[in-house]
Amino acid sequence: MNNLVFHLRDAPVSAWAGIVIVAFYAVLAILAPVLAPYAESASVAAQYQPWIAPHYLGTDALGRDVMSRLIYGARNTVGIALATTILAFTLGASWGLLAATLGGWFDTISARAIDVLMAIPPLIFALLILTITGTSVVALILVIAILDSTRVFRLSRAVAQGILTMDYIEVARMRGESVFWLIRKEVLPNAASPLIAEFGLRFCFVFLFISALSFLGLGIQPPTADWGGMVRESAKLIAFANFSSWQSATFGLAPLLPAGAIALLTIGVNLVVDWVLHLSSGLKE
Amino acid sequence: MSSIQSIILKRLLSGLLTLWIVTVIIFGAIELLPGDIATEKLGQAATPESLAAFREKFDLNRPVVERYVSWLGGAVTGDFGISLANQRPISELIGQRTANTFFLAGYAAAIAVPIAVISGMMAALYNGSIFDRVLSSTTLAAISFPEFFIAYILILVFAVGLGWFPSLANVDVDTSLGERLYKTFLPAMTLTLIVLAYMMRMTRAAILNLLALPYIEMAHLKGIKRWRVIAVHALPNALAPIINVIALNLAYLIVGVVLVEVVFVYPGLGQVLVDAVSNRDVTVVQAACLIFAATYILLNLLADILSIIANPRLLHPR
Repeated sequence: MNNLVFHLRDAPVSAWAGIVIVAFYAVLAILAPVLAPYAESASVAAQYQPWIAPHYLGTDALGRDVMSRLIYGARNTVGIALATTILAFTLGASWGLLAATLGGWFDTISARAIDVLMAIPPLIFALLILTITGTSVVALILVIAILDSTRVFRLSRAVAQGILTMDYIEVARMRGESVFWLIRKEVLPNAASPLIAEFGLRFCFVFLFISALSFLGLGIQPPTADWGGMVRESAKLIAFANFSSWQSATFGLAPLLPAGAIALLTIGVNLVVDWVLHLSSGLKE
Repeated sequence: MSSIQSIILKRLLSGLLTLWIVTVIIFGAIELLPGDIATEKLGQAATPESLAAFREKFDLNRPVVERYVSWLGGAVTGDFGISLANQRPISELIGQRTANTFFLAGYAAAIAVPIAVISGMMAALYNGSIFDRVLSSTTLAAISFPEFFIAYILILVFAVGLGWFPSLANVDVDTSLGERLYKTFLPAMTLTLIVLAYMMRMTRAAILNLLALPYIEMAHLKGIKRWRVIAVHALPNALAPIINVIALNLAYLIVGVVLVEVVFVYPGLGQVLVDAVSNRDVTVVQAACLIFAATYILLNLLADILSIIANPRLLHPR
């Protein structure tokens, strides 16, 4: 922990910007009910109000306060993306480490199966499965987690294979340690830093993926506030944008606000990941 | 048989095997549907007669394997059966739209590939310059921005603000090529922006790796002119990675097109797929998924084979 504080002091500006962005979203997500001026899906005013107090970012087609929905969106979209990433990671990493450590036919069959699954574009695969399961949040999390765990499997297997060639593994094997002991005590600690960076990248991917599905109307379903869904709902407003006065120009921003919220968080996470990768690669300037 | 032929043959076989397994997955996934399609579609209140008629119409009485074989046989010849939702032949429904999708992806590729390859090379040659730095920050933006964010910014600026291009790409069979290119310019631009940064960065990395090799330095030391070093010594070796980059991104384009089509209400296969998923029209989903997945796999296969062919080390085995 001390080490982290030490690194934080020398972190470049870009990393700091990333940390601030991620922290900002975390606060929004955790404190959503406190910060949001109105309830998540309550109709509180006439539809399509301009950007004036008390609705600083206007209202949507059902008269819901856009700012409140954006804040709750942080909780819903980010929460679901985080849950999915954690599940994908638990599945992919434990399977990948296990396959690499066990080796033999289990490893070969797993790797071949994953290769085939990865040959199908994820969006197409997800759409195929969602046709069968229907679009519920649980189905969404499971489907994306399983699809994404293939990528985690690949990486953790490759990392573990590198570690497994080391002499200390040979020694531990000769001591007669069990497979799970090997994974827990020898492989996992050494594989941690590439896996942490990968976690950030996978989170971005999952987050963009869920937003894309919600945008297509196949992800998180209304009335739950979600950024992808908000882009979809406000998309047609863009045609009414008109740059003669700032109030009418804000119609053009209606789909861009939630879309921008997605973009900004992804940039923030990427900046932090870049820094973590830089640290763990040992490239000190 | 020479080694390169056997390498290509091996890759070709494994690619086709993958494609075959994927067709089994796409067909088999629907079989896992809880209950059967007939009761799912007609509801609990359906009479036994109407269920029987439905099963007859959609050919659900035969064993799974037999149905798979006839489905695949039909798909290869362009006959995907009939839609569950409106009972029309699927090929009629998606024929023109598939062509539209390939047109859009091809259009985007025609803009993106030359720009990406040339500017990627420039960035490698002038490594560390302002141009190079701009490139690396745009890559960050490109991997962070959702497709629809880029699309709506373009719509806001070029369609609503400046009024240069239409925001809806509503083309049909009678639209002339010129008008089609004009109407689909914004969707094509969106796709271009999505893949451009990746392609540039990958091209740059490929060339940089090459320029660091000893034989390039040797060529410089021999006093060969700079352009000649690049054209004669570096380029033949850079060809394989560059071809790979292009084909991988084309595969990505084919899938990225789904979102862009929805934003611009472009009548393509992606729209059909999204509508079919929300209607749970499984036969149409199968057909569209098969077309997308097959294109993706075949482009990846093509990328691998072309880069094997273009690799001078494999062409002149020791």
